[in-house]
Amino acid sequence: MKRVFLAGLIVLSPLGAEVTVIQNATIMSEGAKGTFVGSIVVKDGKITEVGDKVMVPPGATLIDAQGQWVIPGIIDCHSHIAVDGGVNEGSVSVSSMVNIRDVINPEDIAIYRALAGGVTSANILHGSANAIGGQTLVLKMRWGQDAEGMIFQGATPGIKFALGENPKRAGNPQGGRGAPATNARYPATRMGVEDVIREAFNEAKAYKATWDAYDAQVAKGEHPIPPRKDLKLEPLKEVLEGKRFVHAHCYRADEILMLIRVADDYGFKIKTFQHVLEGYKVAKEIAAHGAGGSTFSDWWGYKVEAFDAIPYNAALMTQKGVISSLNSDDAELMRRLNTEAAKAIKYGGLSREQALALVTINPAKQLGVDNRVGSIEVGKDADIVIYDKDPLSNYSKVQKVWIDGNKYFDRDSDVSARPSKELEKKKLADKEKVAPSSQGGAPGARRPQ
Amino acid sequence: MRNLVTALLVFCGCAAAADNAAIAIRNAKIVTVSGSVIPKGTVVVRNGLIQEVGENATIPGDATVIDGEGMTVYPGLVDALSTWGMPGTAAAGRGGTGRGAATPAAVATPAAPPARGPEDRPSTTSWIKAADEIQPGDKRIATARGAGFTTAAVWPTRGFFAGQGSLIDLLTGEKAGEMVLVPSLGQYISLTRTGGGGMGGGFPSALMGMISYIRQIYLDAGHYQLVRDAYAKNPRGMQRPEYDRALEGVLESKRILLPANRWVEIDRMIHFAAELKQPTIYYGLREGFEDRSVKYLKDANATVLVSLKWPEKARDQDPEADDPYRQMVVREKAPTTPAVLKKNGIKFALYSDGLDAPRDLQRAIKKAIDNGLSREDALRALTLSPAEIYGVQDRLGSIEKGKIANLVVTKGEIFDDRTKIEFVLVDGNKYVPAPEPPPAGRGGATAPTDPNGVKK
Repeated sequence: MKRVFLAGLIVLSPLGAEVTVIQNATIMSEGAKGTFVGSIVVKDGKITEVGDKVMVPPGATLIDAQGQWVIPGIIDCHSHIAVDGGVNEGSVSVSSMVNIRDVINPEDIAIYRALAGGVTSANILHGSANAIGGQTLVLKMRWGQDAEGMIFQGATPGIKFALGENPKRAGNPQGGRGAPATNARYPATRMGVEDVIREAFNEAKAYKATWDAYDAQVAKGEHPIPPRKDLKLEPLKEVLEGKRFVHAHCYRADEILMLIRVADDYGFKIKTFQHVLEGYKVAKEIAAHGAGGSTFSDWWGYKVEAFDAIPYNAALMTQKGVISSLNSDDAELMRRLNTEAAKAIKYGGLSREQALALVTINPAKQLGVDNRVGSIEVGKDADIVIYDKDPLSNYSKVQKVWIDGNKYFDRDSDVSARPSKELEKKKLADKEKVAPSSQGGAPGARRPQ
Repeated sequence: MRNLVTALLVFCGCAAAADNAAIAIRNAKIVTVSGSVIPKGTVVVRNGLIQEVGENATIPGDATVIDGEGMTVYPGLVDALSTWGMPGTAAAGRGGTGRGAATPAAVATPAAPPARGPEDRPSTTSWIKAADEIQPGDKRIATARGAGFTTAAVWPTRGFFAGQGSLIDLLTGEKAGEMVLVPSLGQYISLTRTGGGGMGGGFPSALMGMISYIRQIYLDAGHYQLVRDAYAKNPRGMQRPEYDRALEGVLESKRILLPANRWVEIDRMIHFAAELKQPTIYYGLREGFEDRSVKYLKDANATVLVSLKWPEKARDQDPEADDPYRQMVVREKAPTTPAVLKKNGIKFALYSDGLDAPRDLQRAIKKAIDNGLSREDALRALTLSPAEIYGVQDRLGSIEKGKIANLVVTKGEIFDDRTKIEFVLVDGNKYVPAPEPPPAGRGGATAPTDPNGVKK
């Protein structure tokens, strides 16, 4: 184990001033240069040169990607992996006091699997049990690092909202899953969901006014007792101040319009509508609000509010000017977002670049990190994926993945390490068979009194 | 009652001397822990204190002399995190976080309405002191003495802010008060729900909710203190602040215990403690052996309590079950944690974590020794180290003149399987452990009474 761990450290140690050049690849840059055969120079974790011909600095590590394809790291705008102890603080209708940042689980194997599917960044969201859910953040899939090391530093934090069935389910003990009849929780209707959001922002506005008044007093040189800090209202204050992005789970056109009206009334913006399966019906309104739409390619029908969906959704929203993306919402689907993107070519007639943009530069824009990631362009983070074949084909496999210029996945090393890992596991298993439990007689496992 | 005891003592042929009579153990090997081992010496005990110790200690004329030939005297063992003597508690320190954590105790408390948020102070009894809840009749007290334990840091363990721990001597007393060494050691924080979670089950239900709740409590406590002090200074013209017993309890706790088992949790809790700005002891430490854990703990200059309940394969597990590699590694390596901590200079003590049968405690300690911890360090982690961690090394944890007379007298090395504990002294009172019954099946675990246990 120690050997494996140390090996991991060596792989993950920053390359420092080392330079890597990926040569002769077919590069889908998702930037101004489009798709071309050429090279990428990576230095200090950043892309320093891209083109059909580049200067190879002396001492650079050369990677010949002849016949292979390179794309920018995939970005998943809606994921729940790498979270310890539950993704839903489902006990209350407004759970804005909780923060995914507190419960990052860097050991979740889903991170490594996502990496092996070409994902380098993901928006880790709270669940959808509440009208206003918990605080969210963007992670990079830096497998092997600790929680702090996973965080996409500089990315604006977010907050989850949820409309429709999920947040009102706990209000309906009769039909609701998991809700004891005695503890029904407001709201029980869509009207109630809107009311909960409005009430929360009424509170947040009053809270903000209290703090603004206090700040003004302090600025005048007075020494008043500061107001009580309320962890539920702090993030909503940040939403009002434009410092925190709202990612709103939704399905139906009517609830999408409702939330736009609420946001307009209180003077904040919705950054993305998530799922947004009926987005194609109100794409103009979503675009006018300036929100993005992060949807599924062809996943629907799992509940009534998810029935009126079509696989053309992403393409249609794109054509109406909505920044659109395709997300996974699922650890397994997360491993093959490249082929999810490809479906938008068949359904909706997007170009190859537009399709790949749905899982690269578009989610980067939706998360406000497009200056850092989402395309292969000079100055951006070296988050790069090599496929053996066309990434829009489901026959292609991820070969290597870099994040910030550090290689975090290598298919060859993974495959070749499997037998030794199997062997180590077998050794441990055999050892346990020989040495049975030394501690536990029943008397030791005495029940609490 | 006392007459009866006295009568019994006389009946037993023991010396029923006056209160201030001395006991002297002579010709014994004395492992002082604080100093070097005395190969053949004498310990004199009077009024519950160690009056004298040394090779040539004078034996007072009134002393009951015990010939310690072939015996070894150790300081009484201290369980650094325990529920011995506490009513209706879950085993202390079982505390993982969130999933897979301790099962709730089988005690019936009236169902409270679900909490709507932090303002309802869910699962918070921060004002409770273990010292006020002790049940002197708890059979585990006598059982634990049979494994050489004379002192325990006992904690209320139900809830996020379960209450304040107390340091007690494991006497079989009539009054709980005489057992108490330190009434408040700090606040026990757990990250496990004791009620029903999930939708409609009350706030908080998820780990992130629990963390947020604890954070809010400390923000509230800070603000409460500010307002309370301002009011105390100048009440005239100021609205009266509301009294909040939950915050009072938090404010009067001088340190906190936080659960941390996985390396991820150790990292997480160290960050959290820094944010809360509270002196913190971390408990659990199942993955304390990991290189990263060591690094985090060293960087934070942390103090930890290591659970003696080593992870093991479930007894009734499907033999064909394929455990994750990671889990197997943890089972293999967890007992090396004390040795690893020692090697890296991290302050630690060991705790029982629900084990109370002498045989199980002994085996668990032995397992740490078999995994690299020296006998001396194991003894220290159960005597002087916990005393230092709780700031009572001036009265407990070693055999020195003036310290409390808590001693274990054995034939053989204390943590050996075949070693027999002859007797223990708690506050100078002599107890002879009952022989342990053979292991019974499930449910046959009731601890024996201590028929030979004699209190002077």
